Formats: sequence, C-alpha cells, structure tokens
Amino acid sequence: MDAFWIILTGTLIACSCALVGCFLVLRKMAMVGDAISHAVLPGIVLAYLVSGSRGSLPMLIGAACLGILTTVLIELFYKKAKLQIDASIGITFTWLFAIGVILISVFAEQIDLDQDCVLYGEIAYVPLDLWLTSTGLNLGPQAVWIGGGMLLFILLFIRIGYKGLFITSFNEDFAKALGIGVAFWHYALMGSVSITTVISFESVGAILVVAFLVVPASAAYLLTHDLKKMLLISCAIAVLSALGGYYLAAWINGSIAGAMATVCGLLFLFAWAFSGLKSRKNVKLMINSTR
Amino acid sequence: MQETFDFLSFSDPNVRLVVLGTMILGASSALVGAFAFLRKRALVGDAIAHAILPGVCLSFMISGSKNPFLLILGAFMSGWLGLLLIDAIQRTTKLKSDAAIGIILSVFFGLGILLLTGIQHNGNAAQAGLDKFLFGQAAAMSRLDIYVFAGIGLLLMIVILTFYKAFKLVSFNPDYAKVIGLPVKGLEILLSTLTVLAVAVGIQAVGVVLMAALLITPASGARFWTDKLGLMIFIATVFGAISAFLGSYVSYVAPSMPTGPWVVMFLSIITVASIWFAPKRGLSYRLKTQRANKRKILIENILKVFYHLGEKSEDFEKGRNIEQLMKSRGMREEEWNGGLKRLLRKNLVRRKADRWIITQQGLIEAQRIVRLHRLWEMYLNQRLKLEPDHVHNDAEAIEHIITPELEKQLEKELDHPIRDPHKSKIPYAN
Repeated sequence: MDAFWIILTGTLIACSCALVGCFLVLRKMAMVGDAISHAVLPGIVLAYLVSGSRGSLPMLIGAACLGILTTVLIELFYKKAKLQIDASIGITFTWLFAIGVILISVFAEQIDLDQDCVLYGEIAYVPLDLWLTSTGLNLGPQAVWIGGGMLLFILLFIRIGYKGLFITSFNEDFAKALGIGVAFWHYALMGSVSITTVISFESVGAILVVAFLVVPASAAYLLTHDLKKMLLISCAIAVLSALGGYYLAAWINGSIAGAMATVCGLLFLFAWAFSGLKSRKNVKLMINSTR
Repeated sequence: MQETFDFLSFSDPNVRLVVLGTMILGASSALVGAFAFLRKRALVGDAIAHAILPGVCLSFMISGSKNPFLLILGAFMSGWLGLLLIDAIQRTTKLKSDAAIGIILSVFFGLGILLLTGIQHNGNAAQAGLDKFLFGQAAAMSRLDIYVFAGIGLLLMIVILTFYKAFKLVSFNPDYAKVIGLPVKGLEILLSTLTVLAVAVGIQAVGVVLMAALLITPASGARFWTDKLGLMIFIATVFGAISAFLGSYVSYVAPSMPTGPWVVMFLSIITVASIWFAPKRGLSYRLKTQRANKRKILIENILKVFYHLGEKSEDFEKGRNIEQLMKSRGMREEEWNGGLKRLLRKNLVRRKADRWIITQQGLIEAQRIVRLHRLWEMYLNQRLKLEPDHVHNDAEAIEHIITPELEKQLEKELDHPIRDPHKSKIPYAN
C-alpha cells in the first residue's frame, strides 16, 4: 500500500509540474522556473516561523509571494539595471536560496526542516502523514489530497486560460495586438509555477521540481508540434518517471525523488534519440523526393 | 568580542588555513566566473555545479576512498560530460539553451542524489562527509583537502593570467580572434575546463546550489564599476575574496552557521549594493538622470506652449488660464500642475489670479527651444532632403538635447535661416 501512495503522490506532482513546464519551455523560461523553485525557500521558512506550523495555506502564500518577488527582482536587474539575463537569474535565486538556508540555521530549533529535505524532499514519508477525520476515519495520506487538489487547480487553470496562455507563449506581439494582457498571463503563469513548486517542495525537494518542470515538457516538445499533444505526452512521461523511479529507488535503496529524476532523464534520452532518427529520415525523404 | 579577536589574529593555525583556503576558492571562482559572465554562460556554471555530483559519487564507489584527487577527477569528468550534453542538445534539437541547461542540471543532480543516498543507506562508514558537496562546509575541510583545492585555485589564477589577452579576445570577439589566427576552439575548451575545475573545487566551500553565485555574482557586481576588463576582473576577485573572508568569519563566531550561504549572502549584498549605488551605471544614478531629463523635457514643452500661443496672438505677455494651455498640448493635468509649479519656482512664469504669464526670462528660454526645434527642421529639410511634413517629430525629440556648440554649428551650416520649412519665423536672441 505504501508503494501505491508514494507512486500516486509522485504522479500527481509530476503531472502538475509537467503541465506548467510545457509553457515554461515554450516561452524559453525554463531557468526562471529553476530560479523560482529555489527562491521559494525563504518564503516557506518565513511562513513556518509566522504561523508556527507546517500548515499548507501560510506556506502557499509565503511561497507565492517569493515567487513573484523572484520574477520582479529578475526583471529589475535585467530591464532597469541592464544586467544580462542569465546573470540576473543567477544572482536572484542564489541570494534568496542562501537567505533561506541561513534562516533555517538561525531558527533551527523552531523549524523542522532540514537542509537535505530542501534539496531532495522526503516522498518516502508520505504514507506516514495520514489525514484522519475527527471521527477517526482514515482518508489516506494528506500529500495525495494536496497533490490531487494542485493537479485539479492546474488543469482548471490551463482549461480556462488555454487561449491566453497559447497565444502569449507563441506570439507575444500578436497577443498584444489582439489586446490580450501579456503581463497578466506572464504573472499568472509565474504564480502557478510558484504554487506548484511549493507544494512539490516537501515531497521532491527544490532541484527535482526542476526536473519535473523541464524534462518531460522538453521531451514532449521534441516529439510533437501540437500543444495539446505536447501536454498529454509530457504527462505520460511524468507518470512513467514516477512509476519507474519508485522501483529504481527500491532496487538501489536510494532517494526516490532522485530516482524519479533519473528515469525522467532516461526518457528524455529516448525522445531525443527518436526525434533524431525521425529528422534524419525526413532529411532522407527530402533528398529522395528532390532527385 | 574575544572570538572576533581570535579570528582576526589568525592565532589558530587551523583557522588560518581554512580562511586562506576559502579565500583562494572565492577569488579563483570569481576570476574564472568573470569570463563565463562575459561569454553569457553564467547559468552553464550552475548546470556544471549540479552535474558534478554523480561523478563524485561514482568516483567514491569505484575507489572506496575520499581522496580529494580522485573525487575531483570524478567531478571533473561528469562536469565535462554535462557541458558536452548541453551543447549537443542545443545543436541537434529545437530546444534552446534554457531547457538544455535545466535538463542537464536536474537529471544529473537527481542521479547524483540517487547514488549518494544509495551509498549512505548501504552503510559504508567511509562515506561520512560526502554530503558536504551538497551544501559545502569549508570549516570541515581536511588539511590535505585545503592544500589540493588551494593549489588548484592558484593554478587557475596563473593560467588565466598567462592567457589573459587571448581569453579577452575570445570573450569579446571570437570572429576576430579566429581571423588573426588564434586557436579559438582550443581556447574555448581551455576556458570551459577552467570553469569545470573552479566549480569542482569551489563546491567544497559553498555547495552545489550556491556554486553559481561564486562564479556569477562577483563579476556582475564588478561590471557596474568599470568598463575595463582588467579592472573588472580585479574587482570581481577582490569581491570574491572579501566575501569568503566574511563568510568564514561568521561561521567561526557562530559555529552552527553554514559558511557557504553566508559567503553568498555577503557576495549578494556587495553586488546588489554595486548595482544600486555604482556611479554612472548604477540603478539609482540612472533613475535620477532619467527623472531629471523627464522633468527638463516637461518644462521645456510647457514653455513652448506659451511661445506658440504668444506667436499666434502676437502677444507674448498675455496671461493664459489652465484650460487654454491644456487645449494646446495633450498632457495630463498633474503634469501641467507639476510643470507649472516648477516653472514658477524657476521664475520662468508668473501667476496672476488663475492666469499664467511667461516672464522675460522664460520667454528667452522658450525662444531658445523653439529656435532649436526649427533649426533642426530646417537642417533635416535642407541637408537630408526630407519633406517638411516629415521633420516635426524628430525635431520634437532632439530640441531638448542639442548643445549650444551644436546650435552654433547648425546656424553656421544653414547660414542663419530666417524661416523654418513650415514658414514660421525662427526666433533668434536679439
């Protein structure tokens, strides 16, 4: 039963990340996702300190604020101070992450978050944290409910905002000409990235969130030209990674989140090889047809 | 206080060694990072830092020891592999650099975590301390570690200084470097190798996640102080060393404090302060000049309105109320109010009940702006052969910028024209 809960949690998280990740990859903003996933750390710690518990709502608020702050800081350095974009991203997230780690060390007694957990999460303990109703009814692990809620939220967000996200991702100028709020969709997407990140944070840690955000979406991007198919394929890859990762981790006796990222990478490798073969075939076809 | 004294006196040989080692790491990373920064490959450094982890673990699994040479060798090889894969992904697929970096960074790190936890769970006693690669703990370095890392750091500095001129060319203008016969490919490989090496040793001080900061942040801050490469690199190196020193100080005084995050904290503070305060390029200076220019343009535009109204009614001294003024130029009401108040303070207009009247001094200033505007229109029309209906917008922008020297030259070039292309009179002083 534990295996089922862990895989289910991993799947829910991986799918949510993969879905928002598709838009990040299309907008060439994968590294902004990376930056946000690191920078939410101080938000989580501060929320922890203020609320005194590991409640989800304060953490969500804290992380969402930090996520927005990250994008604002990056824009400030890039657009106002004219610092190149890669350096703006790099400075912002390392600084915020360092602040987070320092806060953890300063308030080590009050905070039950250790540094390792920040990096690679503790999905293995998911089945231990059950949601019991006041009548004693066991509803299964909390993380599954939270992850399910998040996936539902992301699905709704994409369903409702599909048109806006689609147009602003592919052609910003056209979107502007149509009178679509480019800035609105930008911040809406960044907000959902922050929310996804913080919910996934506890289970899979900062860096493996990046794996789920970037890798399935990139692999799917190599396999199709259709956004709807890309969203579907990225989810399929996410599910396979969660499943394969669990058994790989059990075999090696190592971190489940690490194994999930590894499987993700393997699947990307397959997609890469496959798209390479396909494009080679296309080139051959083109050569033949011109003869 | 006692601790501060102990730390600063360097009486403890252990402290001396650790601080010196950390400073060399900070300085050499900053030095190498300056080139990564200039080649816009700052985030590649981040990816390398993550990609190093599986190499460290594999090298430990194969050798069974924590010999720093072997660990660095493993780190070096997987760092390079990551670098090659990033290039390969960008070259062979439609994915851009951001996705390529993100993929390599997260997958290699995931693999590293998997191996690391595998080693830890399988109860090998010798592994204790491998996880310091994650967060870095300078104070936990052994004597041999420090000698090796500091040695590599010094080596990096020497190589950079030896090939300084060639690296400079490759960073700024690789095409030119190729033309004059420099081995550009080889130099790029050398620079990448230095970056991987710097990351492999720097990680000891600050850990995987924050390594990127050690490379990028000092160079970014230094960039705001100077346009000269040599000076910029020097400043970056000093920033790196100072932050390393301060970071080690904090974790000496408060042993529960991690060195790495504090080093990055100081680096970031120095850099953000540079971004904000640096003269000429700094944000505060830039915003200030922007605001000043905006104000100048606003009041000059208002003076022009007075002049145009006066010209039309042939009475410059007549008072105008705010409605009349606003009708002649589309600006927001608060802009009008702010601008008029400023003009009043400068004694360029005066006020009589609800009417505004331009002063003698204001009229001279207004004439100057209108003169510049019309001279420029004339210049565009005569020299660039632009139609009279195409010259207004350009003149509208440049009238605020033309210096008195340029004005004289324009007058001379055009031989003191009397009327502009729209047949309006050009107002000269007397």
